Amino acid sequence: MTIAFAPSAVSAQSDTSRSISFAFLAQIILILNSFIMLYPVVVMVFSAFKSTGEIFEHPFAIPDFTQVQNFARVLGETSMPTYFLNSIVVTGASILLILVLGTMAGYAVARYESRTNTFILLFFLAGLMLPLKLAVIPLFILLRDLGLLDSRWSLIVTYTAIGLPSAVFIMAGFLRSLPSELEDAARIDGASEPRIMWSVMLPLARPPMAIAAIQNAVPIWNDFFFPLVFIQTDSAKTLPQGLTSFMGEYTTDWGMLFAGLTIAAAPITLLYIALSRQFIQGMTAGAVK
Amino acid sequence: MANVSIRDVRKSFGPVSIIKGVNVDIEDGEFVILVGPSGCGKSTLLRMIAGLEDISGGEIRIGPRVVNDVPPKDRDIAMVFQSYALYPHMTVAENMAFSLKLKGTPQAEQKKRVADAAASLGLTPLLDRYPRQLSGGQRQRVAMGRAIVRDPQVFLFDEPLSNLDAKLRVAMRAEIKELHQRLKTTTVYVTHDQIEAMTMADKIVVMHDGVVEQIGAPLELYDRPANRFVAGFIGSPSMNFIDGYLDAGGLALPSGTVLPLDVRPAISAGTKLTYGIRPEHLQLAAVGTPGAIPATVSVIEPTGADTTLIAKAEGGNVTVVLRERFHLKPGEAIALKPASSQAHLFDDAGVRVAST
Repeated sequence: MTIAFAPSAVSAQSDTSRSISFAFLAQIILILNSFIMLYPVVVMVFSAFKSTGEIFEHPFAIPDFTQVQNFARVLGETSMPTYFLNSIVVTGASILLILVLGTMAGYAVARYESRTNTFILLFFLAGLMLPLKLAVIPLFILLRDLGLLDSRWSLIVTYTAIGLPSAVFIMAGFLRSLPSELEDAARIDGASEPRIMWSVMLPLARPPMAIAAIQNAVPIWNDFFFPLVFIQTDSAKTLPQGLTSFMGEYTTDWGMLFAGLTIAAAPITLLYIALSRQFIQGMTAGAVK
Repeated sequence: MANVSIRDVRKSFGPVSIIKGVNVDIEDGEFVILVGPSGCGKSTLLRMIAGLEDISGGEIRIGPRVVNDVPPKDRDIAMVFQSYALYPHMTVAENMAFSLKLKGTPQAEQKKRVADAAASLGLTPLLDRYPRQLSGGQRQRVAMGRAIVRDPQVFLFDEPLSNLDAKLRVAMRAEIKELHQRLKTTTVYVTHDQIEAMTMADKIVVMHDGVVEQIGAPLELYDRPANRFVAGFIGSPSMNFIDGYLDAGGLALPSGTVLPLDVRPAISAGTKLTYGIRPEHLQLAAVGTPGAIPATVSVIEPTGADTTLIAKAEGGNVTVVLRERFHLKPGEAIALKPASSQAHLFDDAGVRVAST
């Protein structure tokens, strides 16, 4: 018996050492990668605490974090608070609509048998393959005719339309994987169809909802293109568009710009950190069981 | 509590007919088991009683009321699922109280009923846990608790024990039976395991290919199977079947061996028949004994209490269960003498021939 075991023990050992060295290599690559990812963020935050002169003199120096005059000026002397509020309203409303509509559509597609199901899902998926930026001129005309141009609504409806396909795709995929016996049990327990969705299915669908929220929130928050096309009034501008007004034709106050960028990047970074556990859980759901 | 009556019930999915006209009467307080091989339609029939599947034809009554078009929640039934189907995001107590909460039962009453059910199932210390923190047996018990709390007219069980390991299954079997004796609620239970059916049921409904093969008390099915399918399905190891034809002295096998019959059926000699004999109704005999089947030992499986012997005889393998121990080796020639009073005869179509 011992003789028979020996070779497999040896090979198991070399397998372990191989997988350890592989893990070590992977760690190094991941650490390097995180440096590359974090570097611009760190420079941005550092520069926000420096004057334009200091930024060019000592670009990498650690600043004096008590020097918050850039932030004070950005918030006090510019329309930054308005831009910030607009971004929050637009992103928040779009995500809310995407989640509510996307989940309901995904639920119907996933849980009810009907001949049109596949067609509806494919219709939504078609939206994934079509970059809406290509249709910006008809979209502009449509929004103009609807009287939505130059308002936050123009952005909210556009973002909701862009975000729905992926949300429906994610939610339908996940909801389909939930056992139908749960639904049967709830039905026998006396739950109505909306109640089954609300009390039984949705509490289980939090990870995919986090994914749908995050992966839509980041591009919407950062989007520059649609506000540029749709919005002229300063009071309706969002952050990325508003920040460009800090870039002067002849001079740019880099310190203020970086302070503005730092404020702009903060909420979405915090949201990501808050939802990252659910996000990762959702990404790996079903991978390990 | 209520009786359940199933009248000529049919179910088809498109052109495929799953249940082809089933009639079952379930008395008030009875424990009825639907048993059959997978795909026989037993789970579909249960789901039709529950209201989770539409009824294509026929009529189901719970008590005096026809429930064909009544939604599940208004049928006053509770169901235990194979996968337990506990709500993963609710604690044990919340799981059990969910139906009461939906019905708008007052908080205090909810608490009391959950506490009572939990106490009767030994779940009290687990009430604040989530299903993922429970073992398989505990989850099974919570699923039963969820059903008991509602105090329904009918309990429905859909293979509730198939996800448990063998030992736990035996324990839960006894627990469910005891629960039924205590609550005396009409119960319909689906399983593919004939041992479960035999041990628990007041009445067994054997199904095959969407039709009912036989309905009866467990021992009635065992002693007087209506056809070859029931004979082979009920009992473990299965009944042995040997083909032969009717002869003046009994049932003649092709090799010339004649198996004596206690009562000669009133049909003409030469008719082809199948002789059925249960493994425990065969005895070892000296080679050459008249009326014994000559065979060769193939496999010996001792289980402790008894020993299963599989032997090669004409027309296939014959299984024998013997209480006494013996010393035989594979390849040895033996003879197996059937207890003629325990023999069953089936005609060409597989239907029981009245002989005993």
